Amino acid sequence: MEFKTFVFYFFSAILVFAGLRVITSRNPVHAALFLVLAFFSASGVWMLLQAEFLAIALILIYVGAVMVLFLFVVMMLDINLDRLREGFWSYLPLGSIIALLMVAEMALILGGNYLGLLESSVPQASAEASNVKAIGRLIFTQYVYPFELASVILLVGIVAAVALTQRGKRKNKSVNPSQQVFVKAADRLRVLQMPAEKRD
Amino acid sequence: MLTLSHFLILGAIMFAISVVGIFLNRKNLIIILMSIELMLLAVNMNFIAFSHFMQDLAGQVFVFFILTVAAAEAAIGLAILVVLFRNLKTIHVDDLDSLKG
Repeated sequence: MEFKTFVFYFFSAILVFAGLRVITSRNPVHAALFLVLAFFSASGVWMLLQAEFLAIALILIYVGAVMVLFLFVVMMLDINLDRLREGFWSYLPLGSIIALLMVAEMALILGGNYLGLLESSVPQASAEASNVKAIGRLIFTQYVYPFELASVILLVGIVAAVALTQRGKRKNKSVNPSQQVFVKAADRLRVLQMPAEKRD
Repeated sequence: MLTLSHFLILGAIMFAISVVGIFLNRKNLIIILMSIELMLLAVNMNFIAFSHFMQDLAGQVFVFFILTVAAAEAAIGLAILVVLFRNLKTIHVDDLDSLKG
């Protein structure tokens, strides 16, 4: 067996194992940690596909940011594990039938006649070729508007997350429109009867 | 010899695992969110495999955008989860029935 093939099977075995543990582990913290393992082995597979930039970005973004967020949220919530697990195995037959069907269908399409598709036509990139440089050139020329839109999406994500989880009184002077519509003149203006005073 | 089919079938297996995860953990919102992340990982695997074997970098740029959107989605989803827990003191799916749906 070629060394690259061995590396592929090694990483994909770890990836499948970690994926299975993510969906079956009792404790959400363990599930999050196995998801970290899955991301690490997936980035190994991506390295094999010469996508160095995305492999590093996967670890930085997912392991460094998203999974830390997951772990924080899991620790903040007080979860009743037994109640969350009730009826866990009763859904297994249906789920596994659907999953096997999906794998079989996709394998029929992707394997089958095409097993060995594009077997040796891929030229090996030279050691000096920089994946990061190539992607950067593409992002900042052809895909520059989508790239800017991606930053807008991230900004929307930040604002939405902060606005959702903000606690306490909002320090602005907004008015309640529904109350304002129903206001009557008598609520705003009070006419007082006062006895007239004599002039000195 | 590694072929495109190897990577595509690995992606298919990961996608199926995350579908089973959603079926098994339908009471547990956190694991459902994690399964969605796994699903996106499987899709990204397909994109990168095609991008490598077709020698076209556009697939990798698309994966970059998927990562961006997935990060924003995870942040907002977890924020909703925190607000939900603060209001209801539970994240059990059966208790989320105030809309009587």
